[in-house]
Amino acid sequence: MTMGKGAGLDFEQPVLALDRKIAEMRTLAMENGLDLESEISRLDKKREQLLAKSQQKMTAWNRVEIARRQGRPYALDHIQASFTDFVELHGDRTYSDDPAIVAGFARLDGIPVCIVAHQKGKDTRENIHRNFGMPHPEGYRKALRVMKLAERFGRPVICLVDTPGAFPGIGAEERGQAQAIAENILEMSLLKVPVVVAVLGEGASGGALGIGVGDRLLMFENSWYCVISPEGCAAILWGDRLKAQEVADHMKLTGRDLLELGLIDRVVDEPAGGAHWRPEAACASLKTALVSELRALCSVSVDELVRSRLERYARVGVFLEGTRRGP
Amino acid sequence: MEWFHHQKSGIESAVRRDTPGDLWVKCENCKEIVYKSDWDQTLAVCPACGHHHRFAAREYAALLLDEGTFVEEDSTVAPADPLKFSAKKKYRDSVASAQKATGEKSAVLSGTGAMDGRPVSLAVMDFRFLGGSMGSAEGEKIARALLRGLDRRIPAIVVSASGGARMHEGTLSLMQMAKTSSIIGRMREVGVPYISVLTNPTTGGVTASFAMLGDAIIAEPGALIGFAGERVIRETIRQALPDGFQRAEFLLKHGFLDDVVARKDLKSWISRFIALLTDPVP
Ligand SMILES: [Zn+2]
Repeated sequence: MTMGKGAGLDFEQPVLALDRKIAEMRTLAMENGLDLESEISRLDKKREQLLAKSQQKMTAWNRVEIARRQGRPYALDHIQASFTDFVELHGDRTYSDDPAIVAGFARLDGIPVCIVAHQKGKDTRENIHRNFGMPHPEGYRKALRVMKLAERFGRPVICLVDTPGAFPGIGAEERGQAQAIAENILEMSLLKVPVVVAVLGEGASGGALGIGVGDRLLMFENSWYCVISPEGCAAILWGDRLKAQEVADHMKLTGRDLLELGLIDRVVDEPAGGAHWRPEAACASLKTALVSELRALCSVSVDELVRSRLERYARVGVFLEGTRRGP
Repeated sequence: MEWFHHQKSGIESAVRRDTPGDLWVKCENCKEIVYKSDWDQTLAVCPACGHHHRFAAREYAALLLDEGTFVEEDSTVAPADPLKFSAKKKYRDSVASAQKATGEKSAVLSGTGAMDGRPVSLAVMDFRFLGGSMGSAEGEKIARALLRGLDRRIPAIVVSASGGARMHEGTLSLMQMAKTSSIIGRMREVGVPYISVLTNPTTGGVTASFAMLGDAIIAEPGALIGFAGERVIRETIRQALPDGFQRAEFLLKHGFLDDVVARKDLKSWISRFIALLTDPVP
């Protein structure tokens, strides 16, 4: 797993400047045999304070930026860090294998589970292979095939959501992108096994929901989940993509916003400043949350599980009817 | 012995030169000369290029099952000659010579055994027996192996190697596709795992039935897998076929395989997969 690298985000610059300074001092100490440990640890402390402070002032847009930031752990990082015995299954048995979606079986804290996840790439080459985490219909169909297999054998399903959206392209339309997503939403709402969904980074619209219907919805502190990206919304409603920063604040798309709206069940904490600063800690944090949700769901009967899942989605929405505020 | 024969890609087994004691083997792909003892160690996979050479049904049983646990079943089931079929050679005679050459009664070896301590039902096709073609006897043995899985609620594994349906048995042969597939339908209903392993080559009617119906479908590297034969397709469409057409890696890319797994890793892959599907969830 790589530590947060690259140029960094604007509001991270003070931290990155400190990092450079600390690195310089380490070199200096080494080359000249100086003891600068106390100075270094003073800077380390300052760095921690900076991160904690940035955490408090974080805007919705900052969180969107962190959700997309290079160095953030992706699905396979979590699988490697928190799961054992992973067996990846490929292909939709019809047209192709879609590397933008990873599916298979593994153990979480010893429990055999099915995993379905979006997967982004860490560099250009990987991103071309993974199509930037934007699935084609065959990706959704692979996901459904593996989830149905899990259902047949009573394995709980864990979905890790991280996509800028389902891929908009000619082939995707020809092969039924919408149909594939719709089918998944329907089937997942009736799946006779527990389904825990966690948004790792980006949860963009139908592309996210296509593997996102479940009994528990979790979101990382610095992730977003919405019907459209802030840029897309700004472009359509304001005619200006550059308004995305402001728009993000209005969209109520972060974990805390959605917890308040009652749309998700839990916000998963990240290390100060974002998961990319300490990926191992972020993975551990998600693992703890997943295990506790999973263990709780495993004790619920299948009938009860499906009934309350259907109810959950039946309840969604806010509207007025006559003089009542519904539902 | 055979070393002067013309080589066909992928179909011929490795050529063993008739030297004292059969000391060495030549890779049919890269022509590397390999000592027989090394060859046995690498499970007939060329150490130089990784080419997977033919492996007999009993060798797969030994590879996949825990030592000494294989119990053969239906060993007396053998092809009949329901159509009194005769081409250049009488079907009856072809069967007799295949039996003599392989020491097997049919193109399928089946039975039960343990895989990492877990009971499983296993059937393996043997390409050396009339190209692993599927006649009534073979269909019956595959069906019974699947049924043993279904009845005993133990995972079933079928290792395929087949040129397809056996023409000498006409429609009877064709119907073996339905016979075997329908049992897999029942296995799905009750949740008995079925793992399909495709080896070089798996083609025709076998592909269009039980071979493509696994809860997991895996193949050995480079295995030829397809419905219609390469030559038939080429002659029909009159175009060059894409590189690696109908090879395991091609099928993986096109969504039909769960993975391509080296021979030495087959057992651990299958074993891990079965455990993940069947170990208790708290
Ligand atoms: Zn070779």
